[in-house]
Amino acid sequence: MVELRGSAARLLVCDDNKVNRLLLARSLELQGHSVASAENGRVALEMLRAALAAQAFDLLLLDMEMPEMNGFQVLEQLTADHGLRGLPVIVTSSLEGIANVVRCIELGAEDYLSKPVNPVLLKARIGASLEKKRLRDQQAALVRRFATSEVAQDMQQSGFALGGRRVQGAVMFSDIRGFTALVESQPPEETIELLNTYYTLMFEAISGHGGVVNQMIGDGLMAIFGAPLPLPDHSAAAVRAALDMIEMIDLLNADRVAGGKAAIRIGIGIATGEMVAGYTGTQQRATYTCIGDTVNLAARLEAHTKVAQRAILVDAATRACMPPPLAAEALGAVQFHGKAAPVEVFAVASD
Amino acid sequence: MVEGIIDRSTFAELQASAGEDFVNELIDTFFEEVPPMFDELRAALAAGNVDAFRRAAHSLKSNSQTFGALNLGAMARELELGGLPADAAPIDALAHEYAGAKAALTALRHG
Repeated sequence: MVELRGSAARLLVCDDNKVNRLLLARSLELQGHSVASAENGRVALEMLRAALAAQAFDLLLLDMEMPEMNGFQVLEQLTADHGLRGLPVIVTSSLEGIANVVRCIELGAEDYLSKPVNPVLLKARIGASLEKKRLRDQQAALVRRFATSEVAQDMQQSGFALGGRRVQGAVMFSDIRGFTALVESQPPEETIELLNTYYTLMFEAISGHGGVVNQMIGDGLMAIFGAPLPLPDHSAAAVRAALDMIEMIDLLNADRVAGGKAAIRIGIGIATGEMVAGYTGTQQRATYTCIGDTVNLAARLEAHTKVAQRAILVDAATRACMPPPLAAEALGAVQFHGKAAPVEVFAVASD
Repeated sequence: MVEGIIDRSTFAELQASAGEDFVNELIDTFFEEVPPMFDELRAALAAGNVDAFRRAAHSLKSNSQTFGALNLGAMARELELGGLPADAAPIDALAHEYAGAKAALTALRHG
């Protein structure tokens, strides 16, 4: 991350008035920033969006009264744009009336400076805005490191609140077969390395199909398809992810066997249905998770892969949502611990 | 003459913060930009376009204040807030004030 305090930032000046535009750009360049300018809101949005791919702007200085697209419309569009929502905006305007200033702030502007802009005040406001942005970026990066991008996005959009909501989705549990024996047979450093490789591959497979890994316990993981963000065809997505996971383990094994190491095997259980998803924990420490019968069933199915000697087991609800060429074989009803009635179990064809 | 039309402290501050050479260029830009603003005011009045009238008056106000042409800015502000006038008289008055401000700025520019 670039250290912005006291150093150059990339700024965009949006003003339809040429004198204002030149003067503002001049003030900012004298303060050491690099400045681009746009003559109306539409052009500014185009430039901001184009810059996202390369080097994004750090801050927008926005006039309000403009033809084609005025400042209020720009603020509204920025709020609706996921990529640009975090961009700090300082309104520089000679709008009349406090109501207009309030409206700017309500629409998400960071600050309001009336024209003609005092250069000293401008410098102070820009410094403060950039510093705030830096802190926000840092915080977002931290959230991303400890949560999935979906959870981070959900938190940014709807804020953090303990409590759950009912969602339809698919839950997956997976772990490494015979992991304990494996751990005892090799130095701990090798186990850590194996786990890191394993998790990297599994995350790739799961997030590639829209799933979210929300728990890692030892060699096991839990993933959700359909929360926090809704996912169409969540069951099929989970099954496809499971097939990718098996394929990745096969590739990993080819590598391991070539290096004289033992191959590993994984078991995966998937169940589909309603669950309660949300943040559980305390205000200080919380995780995003799902609970409910569906979750318990997925865990039981995963454990049952040892008994059934099959890599991927799913319930009837998941089986019902598997379009060809996805295929599964009925293994009959199984009485799981903690379940009142026997559950139909299906093994997904994995080769 | 200059004292009454251009506020000297505003102008000096502008020169100090942006640089004299830059301010001279900015004055040239202002002189180029103003006639189209007057055209816009007159056209908006003829067409009964309140928004365009307000925007043009707003632009003139903003730039006048930048250079310290406080009276010109105040007159433009009245037009900005007053809606469409009954006739072109206020625009003519504004143009007269601008002619004075232009002469004063030209003098300052070479001073």
